[in-house]
Amino acid sequence: MSLLQVTGLTKRFGGFTALDGVDLSVAPGERLGLIGPNGSGKSTLVNCIAGTLRRDGGRIEFKGRDIARDPAFKRVHLGVARTFQIPRPFASMSVIDNLRIPLLYGAGAPVTLDAASVTGEAMRILEQVGLAARAEAGSSGLTQVDMRKLELARAIAAKPALLIADEAMAGLSTSEVDDILVLLLGMKDRGVAVIMIEHVMRAVMAFSERIAVLVAGRKIADGDPRSVVAQPEVVSAYLGQ
Amino acid sequence: MSNRAFAALALAAAAVLIAASTLVTNDYFFSAAYTVLQFVVLATAWNVLGGYAGYVNFGSAAFFAVGAYSSIFLYKWAHPPLIVMIVVGTLAAALLGLAVGYLTLRLRGVFFAIATLALAVMLFTFVVNWDYVGGARGAYILQPRELPFGLKRYIHVLYGAMVIMAAVALVVARTIETSAIGRGLAAIRDDEMAAECAGVPTLRLKIFAAGVSGGLMGMAGTTFPYYLSYVEPSAAFNLSYAVNSIAMPLIGGMMTWAGPLIGALLLGTVQQLVQVTVSSEWNLLIVGALLVLFVTIAPSGIMGWVGAWKRRKKK
Repeated sequence: MSLLQVTGLTKRFGGFTALDGVDLSVAPGERLGLIGPNGSGKSTLVNCIAGTLRRDGGRIEFKGRDIARDPAFKRVHLGVARTFQIPRPFASMSVIDNLRIPLLYGAGAPVTLDAASVTGEAMRILEQVGLAARAEAGSSGLTQVDMRKLELARAIAAKPALLIADEAMAGLSTSEVDDILVLLLGMKDRGVAVIMIEHVMRAVMAFSERIAVLVAGRKIADGDPRSVVAQPEVVSAYLGQ
Repeated sequence: MSNRAFAALALAAAAVLIAASTLVTNDYFFSAAYTVLQFVVLATAWNVLGGYAGYVNFGSAAFFAVGAYSSIFLYKWAHPPLIVMIVVGTLAAALLGLAVGYLTLRLRGVFFAIATLALAVMLFTFVVNWDYVGGARGAYILQPRELPFGLKRYIHVLYGAMVIMAAVALVVARTIETSAIGRGLAAIRDDEMAAECAGVPTLRLKIFAAGVSGGLMGMAGTTFPYYLSYVEPSAAFNLSYAVNSIAMPLIGGMMTWAGPLIGALLLGTVQQLVQVTVSSEWNLLIVGALLVLFVTIAPSGIMGWVGAWKRRKKK
């Protein structure tokens, strides 16, 4: 059974149809790459799945339950976590305090963790993403790559079954992309399914077990990475023939 | 410090303040202290929504007046003891707070602030036209003749009540601040969408904060009719409540419970001194000048300034 099952998802902004009957499924623990040109509706799809936008039509089922009407926080409780394309840290808080929020409110909440175990858990996640040394630093003064790591750490701290990484690597250098890639690949060991939205094709190809392609709000391809990127429609959408 | 220890300390401090006041013979002291403490309650209450969650409420006067007018209504209707008036007024204002909390679903930033201001104007108009509580003419309230605990004047009772209310407000604010709710509110203040996506039930927390904030502001107003003996709508809905309850946390610092306390003690005392030595008309001007000064040199308030100084010293 699939973890996430999106059927006929439609989203309009006024007269503009951003998503037009999109179907998408993700199996538990699966690594899905979602690609498409700018403005093809990738972020809108993420927002509809995460609940920051209300969909206009179609079904969104998560763990067999229709979540299309649930507010975003409830979807987090069920196990959907996301990162933002432009990092949105809690700017007045230190790095570690940023993680306390999803630890206190994330999946399985309300938790009755005591303060010490929250701190321990937060430090463990920070070590994984390589931010342990910056734990007490203010989150607003981080570098771009650290900011991206914090976004990921915060999503991991919400204990998701599905993690949606919305362009977590945009604007990063080659070695920084590798850092993030290792992190996302490691999610498999935790049994977490990942949808990676990315323009860095090297990373998408290295990461994905399956690739779906969105163009102008429609899904035009879905399947094995190598065969998908060889399809003529995909090539023309990307290279613009 | 644990919440229980803080509560014990706050109540002990209140007891000391009340006991020490028996040594004071000047009645003006009680009147001035009552006013300053009333601002401690208002500023602390405002900060629960404005400081912790970042929703600026310009309608503090409306909540204060709901407390005051619920007491007037009870006085006219059944003459219950003061404690009943305090409890009922607090609950009435808390209900209004819950309604305002619901407004945050659609209104943010300046739009929320304008909506709360509009709410104050609406309630003002309603009270002006409500004859039972005196309408535009105002209402006369007689202070009870029998005084509890062998106290000599009623202002001593009101002072004691306000000391306890200030302690309660501080304990409530600090308990929220140090709890998971406080962290959730801080996340909302920093980035509401990111908070929601971290699992924070933002609407629920905002409604809770608005209810607590409104209730405490109303509580500060419940003893107001007995304090003045004559209340007209423009006294209860006075602009100075709205301005002061924003200015005091801003000057003291909005991130912690101590900020509004310090701001209210400082600004409230200065205003009392000015009222006696210069004139009562100067009050708002002084608030305005201090506000400009602090926004320029210490935008995070006195507590923020102290915190930055401590961090520098550590390095």
